[in-house]
Amino acid sequence: MDFCTASWNPMGDAYYRKFDLYQMEWNVKEEFKDCIVAVGPYGGPIALMKNYLKKEGGSSSRPVLEIYSASGVLLSTLTWKSGQVVHLGWTVSEDLLCIQEDGTVLIYDLFCVFKRTFTMGNEVKQNQVLEARVFHSEYRTGIAILTGPLKFTIVSNIEDLKLHRMPDVPGAKVPPSCWTVLIQDRMTCILLAIGKELYLLDNTSCTAITLPGLSPLSGAYLHMSVSFHYKYLAVFTDSGYIWMGTSSLEEKLCDLTSDIKQPPKQMSWCIRPRSKRVAIVVLWDKILLVGGCAKENILFPLDEETFMVSELDGVRLISHSTHEFLHEIPKATEEIFKIASMAPGALLMEAQKEYEKESQKADDYLREIKDQNLLPVAVAQCIEAAGYEHLTELQKSLLRAASFGKCFLDAYSPSDFVTMCNDLRVLNAIKEYQIGIPLTIVQYKQLTFPVLLDRLVLRRLYPLAVKICEYMKIPEFQGVSRVLAHWACFKVQQKEKSDEEIAHAINQKLGDTAGISYSEIASKAFDCGRTELAIKLLEYEPKSEDQVPLLLKMKRSKLALGKAIESGDTDLVYTVVSYMKNELNRGDFFMTLRNHPIALSLYRQFCKYEEPETLKDLYNQDDNHLELGNFHVRASYSTEKGVEGRVAELQNAVDEYSKAKNDFAAKATEDQIKLIRIQRSLQEKMDKPYVDYSLHDTIYNLILDGLQKKAEQLYKDFKIPDKRYWWLKMSALAEKEDWEELENFSKSKKSPIGYLPYVEICMKHRNKFEAKKYIARVSPEQRVKAFLLIGDLDQAAEAAIEHKNENEMNMVLSKCSGVTDAAVADKIERAKVQLLKK
Amino acid sequence: MTHLAQWIRCKAGTIQSCDRRSASAGWTVLCSSISYHVIRQACHMNPAVTRSLKMATHLSCGRVNLNVLREAMRIELREFLDKCAGSKAIVWDEYLTGPFGLIAQYSLLKEHEVEKMFTLKAGSLPSSDVKNIIFFVRPKLELMDIIAENIRREDKGRYSHRDFHILFVPRRSLLCEQRLKDLGVLGSFYHREEYRLNLIPFDGDLLSMESENAFKECYLENDQTTLYHAAKGLTTLQALYGTIPQICGKGECARHVANMMIRMKRELGGSNNQITPVFDTLLLLDRNVDLLTPLATQLTYEGLIDEVYGIQNSNVKLPPEKFAPKKQGESGKDLPTEPKKLLLNSAEELYAEVRDKNFNAVGSVLSKKAKIISAAFEGRHNAKTVGEIKQFVSQLPHMQAERASLANHTSIAELIKDITTSEAFFDNLTVEQEFMSGFDTDKINSYIEDCIAKKDPLIKILRLVCLQSVCNTGLKQKVLDFYKREILQTYGYEHTLTLYNLEKAGLLKAQSGNRNNYPTIRKTLRLWMDDVNEQNPIDISYVYSGYAPLSVRLAQVLVRPGWRSIEEVLKLLPGPQFEERQSLPPGLMKKRQQGENKVMLIFFLGGVTFAEIAALRFLSQLEDGGTEYIIATTKLINGTTWIKSIMEKLEPPPF
Repeated sequence: MDFCTASWNPMGDAYYRKFDLYQMEWNVKEEFKDCIVAVGPYGGPIALMKNYLKKEGGSSSRPVLEIYSASGVLLSTLTWKSGQVVHLGWTVSEDLLCIQEDGTVLIYDLFCVFKRTFTMGNEVKQNQVLEARVFHSEYRTGIAILTGPLKFTIVSNIEDLKLHRMPDVPGAKVPPSCWTVLIQDRMTCILLAIGKELYLLDNTSCTAITLPGLSPLSGAYLHMSVSFHYKYLAVFTDSGYIWMGTSSLEEKLCDLTSDIKQPPKQMSWCIRPRSKRVAIVVLWDKILLVGGCAKENILFPLDEETFMVSELDGVRLISHSTHEFLHEIPKATEEIFKIASMAPGALLMEAQKEYEKESQKADDYLREIKDQNLLPVAVAQCIEAAGYEHLTELQKSLLRAASFGKCFLDAYSPSDFVTMCNDLRVLNAIKEYQIGIPLTIVQYKQLTFPVLLDRLVLRRLYPLAVKICEYMKIPEFQGVSRVLAHWACFKVQQKEKSDEEIAHAINQKLGDTAGISYSEIASKAFDCGRTELAIKLLEYEPKSEDQVPLLLKMKRSKLALGKAIESGDTDLVYTVVSYMKNELNRGDFFMTLRNHPIALSLYRQFCKYEEPETLKDLYNQDDNHLELGNFHVRASYSTEKGVEGRVAELQNAVDEYSKAKNDFAAKATEDQIKLIRIQRSLQEKMDKPYVDYSLHDTIYNLILDGLQKKAEQLYKDFKIPDKRYWWLKMSALAEKEDWEELENFSKSKKSPIGYLPYVEICMKHRNKFEAKKYIARVSPEQRVKAFLLIGDLDQAAEAAIEHKNENEMNMVLSKCSGVTDAAVADKIERAKVQLLKK
Repeated sequence: MTHLAQWIRCKAGTIQSCDRRSASAGWTVLCSSISYHVIRQACHMNPAVTRSLKMATHLSCGRVNLNVLREAMRIELREFLDKCAGSKAIVWDEYLTGPFGLIAQYSLLKEHEVEKMFTLKAGSLPSSDVKNIIFFVRPKLELMDIIAENIRREDKGRYSHRDFHILFVPRRSLLCEQRLKDLGVLGSFYHREEYRLNLIPFDGDLLSMESENAFKECYLENDQTTLYHAAKGLTTLQALYGTIPQICGKGECARHVANMMIRMKRELGGSNNQITPVFDTLLLLDRNVDLLTPLATQLTYEGLIDEVYGIQNSNVKLPPEKFAPKKQGESGKDLPTEPKKLLLNSAEELYAEVRDKNFNAVGSVLSKKAKIISAAFEGRHNAKTVGEIKQFVSQLPHMQAERASLANHTSIAELIKDITTSEAFFDNLTVEQEFMSGFDTDKINSYIEDCIAKKDPLIKILRLVCLQSVCNTGLKQKVLDFYKREILQTYGYEHTLTLYNLEKAGLLKAQSGNRNNYPTIRKTLRLWMDDVNEQNPIDISYVYSGYAPLSVRLAQVLVRPGWRSIEEVLKLLPGPQFEERQSLPPGLMKKRQQGENKVMLIFFLGGVTFAEIAALRFLSQLEDGGTEYIIATTKLINGTTWIKSIMEKLEPPPF
């Protein structure tokens, strides 16, 4: 490929080349100098504002804003009706910033659709914008403004508007001859030149600067330029002197003096990432100079008026007829194509060419590479170089060579080769004239695939984006779904189509594709004022947690409640309910709840703890007397009321229970009222707490307090079953250790619980003496037990033997222990034997 | 073998309280035939040896490796902690500390710069010099109020660089965030996230949500929050262990959970799960399909420990006396007063062996084990060569751990035995068994009457009355009113709402004209087994010494011969029954090896008891069972904790 190096221009040990990206077929008559021009980085679009200067009197020609792709295809146009524009700039997300004289910033998208506006503050508004710059840092876009009274205002991120006023330059009377934004350690600064002085403004101070190694005869500053990544700075003075150094202002890289002393139109760095060489490109009307650390420079004559755009790995040059790219030749390319190169890549290219000619020389070349063990390097070089070529023919021959070379490698992983093929395919597709995004592989790697995809979507190139996703095998979730969702969001803005039509069209295309959020699309539709369409789209949304908030936003609370209940997510239901509570009047709110039992019961739970009175209203509405009764019972305990207050609540409960026809509850509550009243009088009389004892405990305490008669009376009044009363009285007397009274009680009436409990209770209080008194009255079948209780094994054994009951005998036997009870045990054993004989 | 049940059948009708006791002795004799004292001597307790087993090994030993779930939960926790860079203090909703302990110990938190831990309470936060304060809370409104107070009282000047974060467990709640917003503190939180700790792995075959009030919320208050979390938990399980092809269930809640699960799967959209399913079937069971089982006293070892001492998050606190190190010549003056805390799970070999046995069979296992351990220690005399001694020494730590484990369980068994051999225990058990076998369930029971008269603990009374009601498909109105009146008069009117709740839950009810269905259910499902072998069981009924838990029978019948065979009975039980199939991506259908068992995940909505778990484990181990069970539940319960959760305590106002 001898012709290939024809366009290479040597400078020092590097080569630079300039080649055509596109022949511009746009129809722009105006000179660039009469327009405001803004070109987005990474092969971005071109914005032109024509007739931008206010004309005195005649309003016949308003300014016109036109946006073109990099290839010159008109994307959109807009007649400007707003204020005087001073500067245009693209954001990192390809929105156009139009900065007006009064400091208002209007944001438009690629299609001249207005997005939003903000202002740069009052100071700017009063003093008018003199100059403005749009600058980019990582993922952010900022604006710097110079106003009439020579004050700088900066916004480092337009997404998070924080205005910074920079300090004044002391004694400055005239506008700076040139200035630029510097980013040092994430701090945004301004570097400006007034005559021969340089000043650096940061947030707090203004510092005079002397550039290291600057020639003392350099003269006044005319122009300055910062590299793409803010790493380097170049300044141009009126003696034609160019200083190049780091943007930290601490180190000089090199300097040169140009023959042309006029102020340049534009100046831009031309650096290849990771390359050690730097170059500066200076643009005048008819000439382009590329200079660097080498002795010689390169000069390109220009036929036409040209606009220069700085890129990551070179500069783009746009004129009325062409769009060119100027860059440093990458190492791999240089090695392969340099004349008489013996680099492995170059040899491999030769080998492949010979192979195609079916010449045996192919083998010689191949052997030469293989002998040096450089075949892997050769393949890698060819693959890499393919990436740097603009022309598909060259890409192909390089890849063919790589493909040929890798056949002779063992265990070669083809992933690099495949990735390069894929990437080139994508880059070539978007480079197409109609699409017009001239990305180099270096830019593409920096931009990343997802961002590229976003850019295609922003340009509404949905079918291409989908195809590319499919081709690159991007998971649906990250690829196709995202594109389709954007398409749908675009679709809902088409006002001329009916809701049904759009909803159907969207569902047809999207179906159940993974990762599609219908709620996002619906949200977009709602933003466009199409509520009905939004509701229709939400029907397709499977996630209730996404449906509900939007429905609420659209004030469709009843629909939202239905969806929330369907999901089973109680938190969502609560959310809708609390929304409705504020939104609807009480009557409607209750009615709605009534129709949704799940919501109603959740709301009841909420009220139980938060708003008890509302709970009562809810029960009232439903005529739920049983729950109302319970409500009053709860109230009688939970609120601090006097006894009468509590009784009143209980009385309410009785009424409700009666209405509910729950006789038992009504009766029990009535009894409780009766009891509380008795307890209160007891409390007053005895001067000790009685209220809130159970009936059982009340009587127990009465007995302990010696009020037998009162106890007796309660027993009758409350119809306590005899058995229980006996247990109760017996235990109380035993605890009181009133053994005499206990004995009297046992004799007063026949015990309904027998007499064994008497023995038990005495023994519980360790009174064997008293216990024995009752043994005789214990029924025969319980007597063994009674004897055991008082520890009389002998008698127990006697009784058991008398009953001829083996179980009883075993029971006694199990209590026998050791030597002491041997006689008893013996006796029982004998009795058992006898029992068995029978 | 004398068996209580047989005995009750043959003597039915002539029971008197005295006779009943002697008859129950069948149970006693067995218990007392093993002297725990002897076992204890066989394994001189060595307090120095503590088990150093790694916490999570027990999770991976089962058929399904639940460690995967635990690991997933740990990763999520770590990720959250790392988001809050710098030193941290965690403020705990106290209820969460137990469940969290099963996921991550303090060491994990410490690795991620957690320096302090506090309990959430009203007032100011304790002072601490940390960068981050993280609240770990359940989404409850009352907790939000406390957090807001904490934050407002924070000294702004002193800790100006402090960040607050909130971690909702198991779910972020809009309602709570709204409350925080209303209280003006929502903006104070840097991270507000959720930690979806729905199902917590307790053991190799056991997951629980430890949702305290699940039963009450689901069956009394119609609040399906827990069910939603259950469905979320199941969705997580499916994400980790593959889509479960078959879902069966019985009950309203079960139906609801299944619906939500299927819905959630749809919400996840086309991202089809590519994991080969581990579970073949999911069985969802409402607790109210079987209200009977939890009411009965559990008779397995683990069940009894739970009944007597209460097991919480696999931990039990025991009276310390029996665990005191016994040294010669020392009197008991230095008895520890702190309860002895033990971790109970299958990581402990011995516990894994005895936990599911009927308590009557525990003694013999322990004594056998004692002999083995003694013999192993004797082995040192036979070790002659250096190699033999070396081998002996290498086994020593394991042996010592075993010996300590044996000592612990011997002590526990002794404690339990003291209870089970008491008359009160027998009397109670006898009445329970009468009811379950269908004897005299329709009249006022004199034992219950006596217990009320003696003012025995209320929960005991409620368990018995409810058991009688359930075993009689409701009590006659007269009988019911009698019990209720007795309870209110004895224990106080304030229990009226508790009784109402029990009625609402269906635990207590008046017979509604219909006949008593329980005998039909009992006979068809063979709930009462007369010939029970407690030592070497052949049927699940061993876990209650006669009664086979209804819930587990349903699972057993579902596996073989299928629910179609018991359609009549299923109609008598509340709620719908259903079966759903979830389609699998082609190629994921499991190819079962010859003789490889199926795996069923059985989810108890509203709680499960240890005895039921034991019964399911018994079925898993059956040689010809063909199915292994993994158990999940909203909460591990026993009759007491269950009834307690349903009770409504009305406190009289202070005067």
